[in-house]
Amino acid sequence: MVKNVRLKKGLDIRIRGEAPAILPQKFITPESIALIPDDYTGITPKVDVKEGDKVKIGDPLFHDKKFPDIKVVSPVNGTVSAVVRGERRKLERIVVTPEKEFSASAKFDFEKVSDPTRAQQLLLDSGMWAWLRQRPYNVIPEPGVTPRDIFVTGFDSAPLAPDYEMLLKGHKDELEAAVKLLSMLTSGSIYIGIRSGSCLTEIEGTETVIFEGPHPAGNPSVQICNVKPVNKGDIVWTLDALTLLRIGKLVKNNILDMTTTVALTGCEVTEPHYVSTAVGCDMSTLTKGDINDDIIHHRIISGNVLTGHPTSLEGYLRYPYNQITVIAEGDDYAEFMGWASLSPQKMSISRSFPGHFTKKLFCPDARILGGRRAMIMSGLYEKMLPMDILPEFLIKAILAKDIDKMEQLGIYEVAPEDFALCEYVDPSKLELQKIVRDGLEYMRKELN
Amino acid sequence: MNSLRKYLDRIKPNFEPGGKLHAFQSVFDGFETFLFTPTTTSTSGVNIHDSLDSKRVMIIVVLALIPCLLFGMYNAGYQHWLAIGATHFPFWELLAYGFLALLPRLIVSYVVGLGIEFMVAQWRKEEIQEGFLVSGILIPLICPIDIPLWMLAVATAISVVFVKEVFGGTGYNIFNVALVTRAILFFGYPSKMSGDSAFVPTHSICGLGEGTLVDGFSGATPLGQVATNIGDTISITDVAGNAISLWDMFLGLIPGCVGETSTLCILIGAFILLATGIASWRIMLSVFAGGLVMATIAHALATPTYPVSMLTPLEQLCLGGFAFAAVYMATDPVTASRTNPGKYIYGFLIGVIAILIRTYNNGYPEGAMLAVLLMNSFAPLIDYTVVQNNIRRRLRRLNAKAE
Repeated sequence: MVKNVRLKKGLDIRIRGEAPAILPQKFITPESIALIPDDYTGITPKVDVKEGDKVKIGDPLFHDKKFPDIKVVSPVNGTVSAVVRGERRKLERIVVTPEKEFSASAKFDFEKVSDPTRAQQLLLDSGMWAWLRQRPYNVIPEPGVTPRDIFVTGFDSAPLAPDYEMLLKGHKDELEAAVKLLSMLTSGSIYIGIRSGSCLTEIEGTETVIFEGPHPAGNPSVQICNVKPVNKGDIVWTLDALTLLRIGKLVKNNILDMTTTVALTGCEVTEPHYVSTAVGCDMSTLTKGDINDDIIHHRIISGNVLTGHPTSLEGYLRYPYNQITVIAEGDDYAEFMGWASLSPQKMSISRSFPGHFTKKLFCPDARILGGRRAMIMSGLYEKMLPMDILPEFLIKAILAKDIDKMEQLGIYEVAPEDFALCEYVDPSKLELQKIVRDGLEYMRKELN
Repeated sequence: MNSLRKYLDRIKPNFEPGGKLHAFQSVFDGFETFLFTPTTTSTSGVNIHDSLDSKRVMIIVVLALIPCLLFGMYNAGYQHWLAIGATHFPFWELLAYGFLALLPRLIVSYVVGLGIEFMVAQWRKEEIQEGFLVSGILIPLICPIDIPLWMLAVATAISVVFVKEVFGGTGYNIFNVALVTRAILFFGYPSKMSGDSAFVPTHSICGLGEGTLVDGFSGATPLGQVATNIGDTISITDVAGNAISLWDMFLGLIPGCVGETSTLCILIGAFILLATGIASWRIMLSVFAGGLVMATIAHALATPTYPVSMLTPLEQLCLGGFAFAAVYMATDPVTASRTNPGKYIYGFLIGVIAILIRTYNNGYPEGAMLAVLLMNSFAPLIDYTVVQNNIRRRLRRLNAKAE
């Protein structure tokens, strides 16, 4: 049965530089790839390789200290060229230089999956487990725990996000195979959240939910909250449909596919388009010749403008993003009395800016456009969060480290990304995503 | 602009730690960010930010107060000309008189308040916060025009320090700073805050408005007159003794606190605040609704014992500081309720209590200030119940699952 959910709150930020939905023709061979343990939230990484080691696709690069079965695998055949550690020997990234004969997908043989234990083992062995997330805490799920339900997000609603439809079309068989595998792991249902008109409507074994409304309609927390909210004690898994397809290819075709299609977007990209490459591709190869050749400073974001990581040409494509956004940095631009500006170029949800009334697309830069203040305006965050959550009060509870209040106000239901829009509109310029991330981390430490 | 930018860049090192003028770092920083949008870019979280910042929020509120400010100046002149028995009213002279009467009060309020803000910001090593930009203009507008400057300075200083800074600055205060300033003056120096002589300037300024007061001059506000009214009918007169109609009350050419008399100008301000989405329409609407309901009830039960109850509901809304409080005071987001359902309750009760106090307590001819301050203290409680509702809903869900 198809369920419809209409969301009113939220905002679609209008930024220039959307990539037209055309499948890429050429494949970009990375000069190096890197995996960054910070992206795999919830694990304590232990390195499995050292510099100079030869690795094959599917060989573990690092694993979790507590559950050694959770591992993150190499997406390419090649040589480990660096194991980079930061302060206090924290593992920052593992860099692999691919072989001359490049390949990012390989045969992956396994015994036929017939029971939940085997299904779990297959996901763990192939490294796909590390691509799953759970609520609460938005971390990689613990092996051996049966989730209440599994939620698959079938679209990305973030600004300039890649078009899943194009990438999923014609892969019904693989998707159904993946759903079959996942259904062994949960006692509940597998929900798939889509836009109307999607090709994902009739995947056997799933309950389809059609979401209407602006971003963050595509966020897993928002979809869960509007379908079947997470209660204290519930464990719910989330993954996106592209990961589902990857699992499907593994189950159906015995192929571990580590290629990825990336949308190059943003105002400072000469011609926004899609490219194919491998997971973890280095930025300089990926963006070569595509960034505007001008004198202004650029911000290269691995991901979208709301939740992505600012990086540089020395950086890498990071999990879970299939998107690069390049915008102006803005730190080289002196704007006279910007707070009084009536320029239609200024992007805002406030009706005090003429730009609010135009339909045009904007080119924002990375300045915070103001100073950090205490929470002054009220009710703004609420307009950006289509969940039954009181964001201001939850944020205050987190800042006060009040565990009971956080629990009562629904911290188990949220992830930092859900507060990205609140952070964007906040005139007090508070770092809400960081606050929520710290709060989730604090809860997890205190309660486990 | 480039030369200004270069100049700032050149003198900036003086204000940095180790520089000669380090003690003024916050002040310099305040002016620099005022002149040029800071070039700090985001380091965590979102990569782009909305253009709205607290500077713009505060400036829009100041902008919304300008009609009241200008009208207040004109009205000060107009009341004075009436008091000296003039028959024609030269517009520019009236305005100039009012400007000269109000300017010292504006300066004192800003210098004292911003001075304290600058010092505290420097001491806390924080950026200067913009909250007082609004409070500084509100304070002279809600005081009688003839309030002595030293009283204004003392009250502003006490209020800024003990109502705002001790709680942590803008965004942390429980009570509205401008209203507490008025409350301090009201309870500390009642003779200068009410009665016959406070609201109409009676002396000439710089040669403007010379003349002697008319016989039987009384500068009492309409509400003040009604409160002392005896008998079954009420008569409200202006300074020269002519009757005041509802239209006069709406336009605001009546004695009263500087910015509060003109309901028309207040509505213009309300339009600016609502059109830009800066103030909460929920609060504004419900204050007027609450006031209207209570005034209607009071009028239905009109009795000469409480002469204010003989005013019609519309007169109630136009007179005194009611409309001003509804538009500018109740909507202060920091001291008001922060939840949407809470805002309705908060606003409605302000409206009810304001009319209740002015009607049934002859000692206080004006209740709006006390109503807002009272509800400021209840706003957290209102929010608590709303938040508790959300919590209970979540708990019910959990219990339903357990069954």
